[in-house]
Amino acid sequence: MSFRIIVLAKQVPDTRNVGKDAMKADGTVNRAALPAIFNPEDLNALELALRIKDQRKDCEVIVLTMGPFRAAEIVREAMYRGADRGYLITDRKFAGSDTLATSYAISLAVKKLEPYNLVISGRQAIDGDTAQVGPQTAEKLNIPQVTYAEDIPEVTDTHIVIKRRLELGIETVKAPMPLAITVHSSAPDCRQRVAKLLMKYKHARTVTELQNETKDYTELYNQRPYLQIDEWTVDDLHADVEMLGLSGSPTKVKKIENVVFAHKDSKVMTSSDEDINNLMKELIESHVIG
Amino acid sequence: MANFYNDNENLKFHLTHPLMEKIVKLKEKNYTEMEHHDYAPLDLEDALDSYDKVLEIIGEISGDIIGPNAEGVDHDGPQLIDNEVIYAKGTQENHDALVKAGMIGMSLPREYGGLNFPIVPYVMSAEIVSRADAGFANIWGLQDCAETIHEFGSEEIKNEYLPRFNKGATAAMDLTEPDAGSDLQAVQLKATLDQQTGIWYLDGVKRFITNGDADISLVLARSEANTTDARGLSLFVYDRTHRAVKIRRIENKLGIKGSPTCELVFKNAPAKLIGDTKLGLIKYVMSLMNSARLGVGAQSVGIAEAAWREALKYAQEREQFGKAIIRYPAVYEMITNMKVKTDAIRTLLYETARFVDIYKAYTFAGHDRKLEQAEREEYKYYLKLADVFTPLLKLFSSEYCNQIAYDALQIHGGTGYMKDFPVERIYRDARITTIYEGTSQLQVVAAIRGVGNGAYLKALQAYGAVEVKPELQYMKSVLEKMTDQFGKTVEKVNEFEDNEYLDFHARRLVEMAGNTIMGYLLLHDANRSDVYTKSADIFIRMARAENIAKVGFINQSHPKDLGAYKQV
Repeated sequence: MSFRIIVLAKQVPDTRNVGKDAMKADGTVNRAALPAIFNPEDLNALELALRIKDQRKDCEVIVLTMGPFRAAEIVREAMYRGADRGYLITDRKFAGSDTLATSYAISLAVKKLEPYNLVISGRQAIDGDTAQVGPQTAEKLNIPQVTYAEDIPEVTDTHIVIKRRLELGIETVKAPMPLAITVHSSAPDCRQRVAKLLMKYKHARTVTELQNETKDYTELYNQRPYLQIDEWTVDDLHADVEMLGLSGSPTKVKKIENVVFAHKDSKVMTSSDEDINNLMKELIESHVIG
Repeated sequence: MANFYNDNENLKFHLTHPLMEKIVKLKEKNYTEMEHHDYAPLDLEDALDSYDKVLEIIGEISGDIIGPNAEGVDHDGPQLIDNEVIYAKGTQENHDALVKAGMIGMSLPREYGGLNFPIVPYVMSAEIVSRADAGFANIWGLQDCAETIHEFGSEEIKNEYLPRFNKGATAAMDLTEPDAGSDLQAVQLKATLDQQTGIWYLDGVKRFITNGDADISLVLARSEANTTDARGLSLFVYDRTHRAVKIRRIENKLGIKGSPTCELVFKNAPAKLIGDTKLGLIKYVMSLMNSARLGVGAQSVGIAEAAWREALKYAQEREQFGKAIIRYPAVYEMITNMKVKTDAIRTLLYETARFVDIYKAYTFAGHDRKLEQAEREEYKYYLKLADVFTPLLKLFSSEYCNQIAYDALQIHGGTGYMKDFPVERIYRDARITTIYEGTSQLQVVAAIRGVGNGAYLKALQAYGAVEVKPELQYMKSVLEKMTDQFGKTVEKVNEFEDNEYLDFHARRLVEMAGNTIMGYLLLHDANRSDVYTKSADIFIRMARAENIAKVGFINQSHPKDLGAYKQV
């Protein structure tokens, strides 16, 4: 039996490189003006999953994403880095879903992929910053969860050891499986795309994308079934439509105000040269100084 | 979040040159590889798209990892511990990232785990990596050795060594010795064959060996006892796992400090022969050197790009007398000339790379099948061009890269002389490019053949036959005049039938050819994209003025003047 890891990943607008058109007049994010990227902490989650795959021959990494048709790019990006395959949950009926409705849909998709060992995702997405979807999905799946993971030093068939990055230090916990994990940005950066995997999977398409291709690749897809990215709709998930979209979303945005940025993460630095170097690099890169 | 490929539109421009169609078709055996390899391209468009996407990965690794590591690597450098070279932490990180991304053995065939990339995208990768860290580019660029093993090694050697490259093996080319630098015929390191086992054993000293502690080393050695010239030299492959080489020291250099330059002592080191004996220098090393010179061309362009960008940034930010210094003519002229020269050596780089690509592709095709008559002629045509363009490229790119780095530091003023800005490192790194893999003076010796046998003139005439848009015609007219002037000046020097006199003016003549060639290449770039019109215009004016000055000097000289230069 294989060791199955499901990575939850989201395509998000790149809110880290905001220009003047980043927000609309009503205070909502102008998605059209921002490039769509792989949510950064989901990349950290993918890396932790791939590290387990590096160690275990029987490991299978499946990426699951929910969003519009173009979010299929997330599945390809994950495959370029080493994921085995992926699914796109997409349907107009999902539009307007809050975290509750989203985790409902995701949990149904995860159930379709049973049996699994781990469901791993970033702590939060940079467009909403709620950090709710991972934990809510775990609740709906009725499995234990470990949040704020930054390292997985040990994995066996029966349990897993996880280091959690907390405000005042690092907590090491041991947990049973199946398990849901959310990953903190202090986890290792995701590996680069691999040249051969990129060339192998760059033609991977969803059915919808294939319909929009100008070239006819039918023969290629018959020969290489792995290039097919499955799309799952509401019907495929046998979901209750009432629990999706606006009707399934109790969260209503009442008002939006501009806020001044406050610190979110904390990091302990020693006085070693290396830490000071890293601190300086970070400050320069984030344009705090320089 | 920097990407050194995406932020440089010039690269995409050269990647989509019309000649790529021929190159890719040859390299991909008419797109039949996809039957056996899931990452082989389906057609030209697919192949170009793959190069583009893979270069984007290289650009990302260069911008996000190699570039930010460069200062630390320059500061820390490699260390020699227990006869082992330990890379600086950043160097190891760079190497690991590129290995994991599968960027070693890029040009090797897929059957050996390579990406089967043509030379053009491979050289482009080298340019990108060099812009991030020229010293590191040496370590990564030594994958060139794989090409030599692939071209000349036996099946056994190819199967043993080539698959190791894509898995991350590092390489070195061990040529230079204390008394054999530019003059490699003087190599003394001894190779002795054990008749019973068929294994060769190497004994002797190698000096200035880049990445000397590599996993796989190509070693030039004297296999024929009692010989003193090139005909007694053969090429060997040595595997580091034998642990039969003592690393005496790592040199303390002016620049490219991250790249370990070693002095090595071979003690009864087992090695395998590449190809045939006696062809080591004459054939194999010449081929290896040609790829290495192309590599230095790419490195030089990368350094020039880095220097130019640093200078531009500083000139825009630095204010004196109430305005940014870039607004003063003395500064903006420098900045623009730097950009124009970078465009010029870049277009020469990719032109040369295309010539090498085509003749190499035919070479390998010739191993599999008999080439048609037309193909053989094309092979010879491009081989000849590659032969005369390679030294020209090495000469111009390295000299320009030094001029550009010099000016970039100058623009920084006193600040540039301090260790506070990257420009001082770039300036130091640039300095080696005119020296190693054959000094500029030796490139002239190689290039003057193209002057003598008319190869440059022929190439110029072929460029002149290409029609350009009416609005660019005025530049073509200037270049035609320059071609004519070049031909006449060569004749004038040759009239004396004095070889020393020809050597005395060799560099001037070679540079006249080079100036005109780069002028044509930029003109053709402008013909394909308006973006290059300005560079072509400025370069051609500069080149015209330079050539006129050279002709002025040549016209007023005579073989009898040489005496004045001989007496020091």
